[in-house]
Amino acid sequence: MSQVVPEHLQKTARGEEVTLLEAISEGLYEEMVSDDRVFLMGEDIGVYGGAFKVTRGFLEAFGDRRVIDTPIAEGGFTGAAAGAAHMGLRPVVEMQFMDFISPAYDVLTNYIATSLYRGAGPMPMVIRGPVGGGNRGGPFHSQNIEMAFFHTPGLKIVYPSTAYDAKGLIKAAIRDDNPVIFEEHKGLYRAPALREVLPAEDYIVPLGEARTVLEGEDLTIVTYGAMVHKSVEAARTLEGDGVGVEVIDLRTLLPLDEDAIVESVKRTGRLLVVHEDTRTGGIAGEIAIRVSERAFEWLDAPMLRVTAIDAPVPYSGSLEDYFLPQVDDVVKAARYLAAY
Amino acid sequence: MAENLSPELDRDQLLELYRALCLTRAAEERLELLQKQGHMTGGLYRSLGQEAGAVGAAFALRRRTDGTGDFLAPTVRAVGALFLFGGDLVDFFRQYMARATGPTKGREANVHWVDYQKGFVGPVSPLGTMLEVMAGITLSFNLRGEDRVGMVFYGDGASSTGAWHEGLNFAAVQRCPLILMVEANQWAFSSPTVKNTRLESFTEKAPGYGIAAESVDGTDVLAVYEAVARAAARARSGEGAQMVELRYFRRLGHAQHDSQDYVDPALIAEWAARDPLELFHARMLDRGWAPEGELLAIRQEVEQECEVAAEQAIAEPMPFGPDAVDDVYTDVSMPHPWTRAEISDSRSA
Repeated sequence: MSQVVPEHLQKTARGEEVTLLEAISEGLYEEMVSDDRVFLMGEDIGVYGGAFKVTRGFLEAFGDRRVIDTPIAEGGFTGAAAGAAHMGLRPVVEMQFMDFISPAYDVLTNYIATSLYRGAGPMPMVIRGPVGGGNRGGPFHSQNIEMAFFHTPGLKIVYPSTAYDAKGLIKAAIRDDNPVIFEEHKGLYRAPALREVLPAEDYIVPLGEARTVLEGEDLTIVTYGAMVHKSVEAARTLEGDGVGVEVIDLRTLLPLDEDAIVESVKRTGRLLVVHEDTRTGGIAGEIAIRVSERAFEWLDAPMLRVTAIDAPVPYSGSLEDYFLPQVDDVVKAARYLAAY
Repeated sequence: MAENLSPELDRDQLLELYRALCLTRAAEERLELLQKQGHMTGGLYRSLGQEAGAVGAAFALRRRTDGTGDFLAPTVRAVGALFLFGGDLVDFFRQYMARATGPTKGREANVHWVDYQKGFVGPVSPLGTMLEVMAGITLSFNLRGEDRVGMVFYGDGASSTGAWHEGLNFAAVQRCPLILMVEANQWAFSSPTVKNTRLESFTEKAPGYGIAAESVDGTDVLAVYEAVARAAARARSGEGAQMVELRYFRRLGHAQHDSQDYVDPALIAEWAARDPLELFHARMLDRGWAPEGELLAIRQEVEQECEVAAEQAIAEPMPFGPDAVDDVYTDVSMPHPWTRAEISDSRSA
């Protein structure tokens, strides 16, 4: 139970707008209040409240047994979270930046993802943290890490694009009995355009279900995270051309909502995948082969993708802007497909 | 040896120790027979010469079956500890023979299985990981205020991994009630200890983490028991992580496929003369703790048990291949390959 009620986590209760970051904080807070098995581990999450302040006030609210500042050792504390999960607790682990999840790759893929299959029981835990570029963070504070784990059966991967989804998905992830990697785009954390008033009542957004952001008949854009907003912007431009673009936000990358993609492509006959992650081995390849397996006859054009370039994330603004997919790229690709 | 060794152990307990040593030896010898008969699926690992380390250590902990006792993470060479914690002999053979009826349904091997009520979690092959996992398991005892301690076994090799360091450091910082059991058997596969550390003893690593450590003759089951009982008492009283080094020798290869030709045969002979089971057998007789007839009867009894258990496991079925898609997630089904008969018609819809 919460000892101190942090005022800044009551915005929804007061009917105020929240940012995507605040939505995540509220989701974490509510789950910790309602389930005393939930606890937090990570670097600088207690006294400091986390590098981005997602857990500000949590130490005061829940004490240092449920908000644990760890040594700087992502593998060690992720492994410790696995042990706690074995004992029936539900740890939520923060990676200060998701770029730093790589030391935990071993325990996540070899141990945590295989636990249920090995008969060692379910692994109810969440690994969450900031991802994504556009903030001039350079190679080690900007990465998207989904595809390093997408290949690992047993893991789930979630990547919200709105405040509503972020809260509903983090709550669903915490309640899920499987290990969930939860990516939070730092460019969306405090984006003013994403502020919204959330439902006052408890809700979740189920994992594994995509959302149709825009409906259209001519072209399907499948995307997620920050690229949802760039894709919507591009779709508005295409509207001016008289092209109806359907934008699908995957929300959960693993397991992939294949039915939603296939259903849409069967109606539009054209597919563009847009992701901020790099190109080779990106999720576009997997989506394209699944559409080929199930909807090849419905396609009227080649399946294309707009992605970051295959390079580490550069620091300088001019380099990073070139590295990242931009609205113009999406517009060009969409126009090409529409005219095909 | 001092006459007052282990004054707190009564005759029944001494016999239980003896029995556990015999059972370990007999179970592993039965595995060799099963392998010759063609029943085994994967590698066969022996703990010959190390049995007393596992048995003495586990005997010093609270073994219960209701999920409130102490907690063990064994290695494949700590089979005796697993048996003392209630690991079922038939399950042991089912695991080695990959039977559908085993605790991992044929998905994992040998001692890699769990029982949270009895209090053990089998290892994964990257053994250093278990330091991290056991740090978390013992952290949960602290978080819930439970009076329990954990014990994790690992060897020369795992002591070199980053996971070992990170798990130990976490446990030390959080004062987790965790006992580290270093199986210093002088080998990591074919690599001698000097290839893994410049230290004379693994206990020299402990001060770097601010934890207590002691080294013990791993062939002496009573010495191991006493050292671990002391470590467990310290861990239980809030002193946090503890290290106990078992000094002994891996007298057979890493696994059955390893001919061990990189080891000086004289060294093997030297350690064979310090066989932990025979040493304890001699002491039981020497001290008059039990007559020889009683001890030999125990040996026959466990050999019989192993034969019966192995025969039961042999008779049980192998897994059904298509079950390979089950239990990847608690709530999401994995598809069967579309080229197999199991593929649903929905694909062509």
